[in-house]
Amino acid sequence: MSGVRVLVGTRKGAFILTSDERRQQWAVAGPHFPGWEVYHVAGSPADPDRLYAAPSGGWFGQVIQRSDDGGATWDPVGNDFAYAGEPGNHQWYDGTLRPWEFTRVWHLEPSPTDKDTVYAGVQDAALFRTTDGGASWHELPGLREHGSGPQWQPGAGGMCLHTIILDPENAERIFVAISAAGVFRTDDGGTSWEPINQGLLSDGIPSPAAEVGHCVHNLAMHPSRPQTLFMQKHWDVMRSDDSGDHWSEISGNLPSDFGFPIAVHAHEPETVYVVPITSDSHHFPPDGRLRVYRSRTGGNTWEPLTNGLPQENCYVNVLRDAMAVDTLAECGIYFGTTGGQVYASADSGDNWAPIVRDLPAVLSVQVQTLS
Amino acid sequence: MIRVELPAHLRQLARCEREVQLEVDAAVTQRAVLDALEARYPALRGTIRDPVTGVRRPFVRLYACEQDLSHEPPDTPLPGAVADGTQPLLIIGAMAGG
Repeated sequence: MSGVRVLVGTRKGAFILTSDERRQQWAVAGPHFPGWEVYHVAGSPADPDRLYAAPSGGWFGQVIQRSDDGGATWDPVGNDFAYAGEPGNHQWYDGTLRPWEFTRVWHLEPSPTDKDTVYAGVQDAALFRTTDGGASWHELPGLREHGSGPQWQPGAGGMCLHTIILDPENAERIFVAISAAGVFRTDDGGTSWEPINQGLLSDGIPSPAAEVGHCVHNLAMHPSRPQTLFMQKHWDVMRSDDSGDHWSEISGNLPSDFGFPIAVHAHEPETVYVVPITSDSHHFPPDGRLRVYRSRTGGNTWEPLTNGLPQENCYVNVLRDAMAVDTLAECGIYFGTTGGQVYASADSGDNWAPIVRDLPAVLSVQVQTLS
Repeated sequence: MIRVELPAHLRQLARCEREVQLEVDAAVTQRAVLDALEARYPALRGTIRDPVTGVRRPFVRLYACEQDLSHEPPDTPLPGAVADGTQPLLIIGAMAGG
């Protein structure tokens, strides 16, 4: 019987939510790693029972946990994220230089074909990879050593590499996004990188041709169209149809084009989801109404999805890694809030219901479709 | 036998009781005790001190015999009461965050 497993990272542990394909009745397991901040939990497409989690904290640093039984049991694996060579300097908030310093893992991206290979995006921004199931992690230093590195600066959450997309048709191509440096692409498996930020416009960056400096919040791709990328930037929703070489704005009629996550429907490559947030200083939905916006036209024309979502007095946020889709015949959409709710729609966003309401603040939501 | 008390997060990670007992063959110093602790519980590597530099993590404090030993050099001998097992070495997460 098919079903879904929703992997939820929160400020105080991880939770695993499971249901059959109807997605009406849910079992909630957790907290796993109680007391730890879990920025991300991810499942291997190559073996759905292989899960990786990234608990961290200000006191005791970074831990990586691995499960080989779908999250029933976990074991710590390697947690040494040492930069290759001398890490150099990047810009601090005040424009002074500050050496690269590892803080935490933000995102884990397992290989689609090998359960032991996982990419990790970290703060301060760098890309690491394990090929032994998490026992050891090695940096792909070509990204951090890109000549623009000394110009990179942190976003409000830190200078983090938060998004990793592995091209489904080209094993040598990887896209990553860094706040607040922008988007980078490699076409040689991670050895060399180029910034792909042309067309992005950001307040405070006077030149439209600036190579880096953009606070990209999240990227999404439909696997059938790997040349098309969707982006939620600090402000602006964008798309590229040439693998990031050029970007154009698709914010259209959104009530606010500020936000964090962006997702693409599993079966409709031009159906895109965002959660508009009032502004960079007001991290809550406009008018206290929690609305997911859906575009069925690849952007520009958006419709609010409200059925089942709170439409008054709602002042939560939805963070960048906290929205995901399943691949069941009727696509399911999921997102978690800083108020601890995880909402699910089993009908492409038309109707919503909470799976749980009172978790710790949700940092990430990933979905595994189980067969 | 050296006695070490761990905070809740690390007990959970190492899957051990509040107090663990360790054999330390060399001189009983912070470094020797933490080396023995990490050898017994590899999951704790990197959680108390930086795995590369060996420097204590900023929000981790070390106490014994009602003394704050956090800023003692890592190769300074620990108090005799820790070395003879009368008193535990306390590893504590600093009060922070409310």
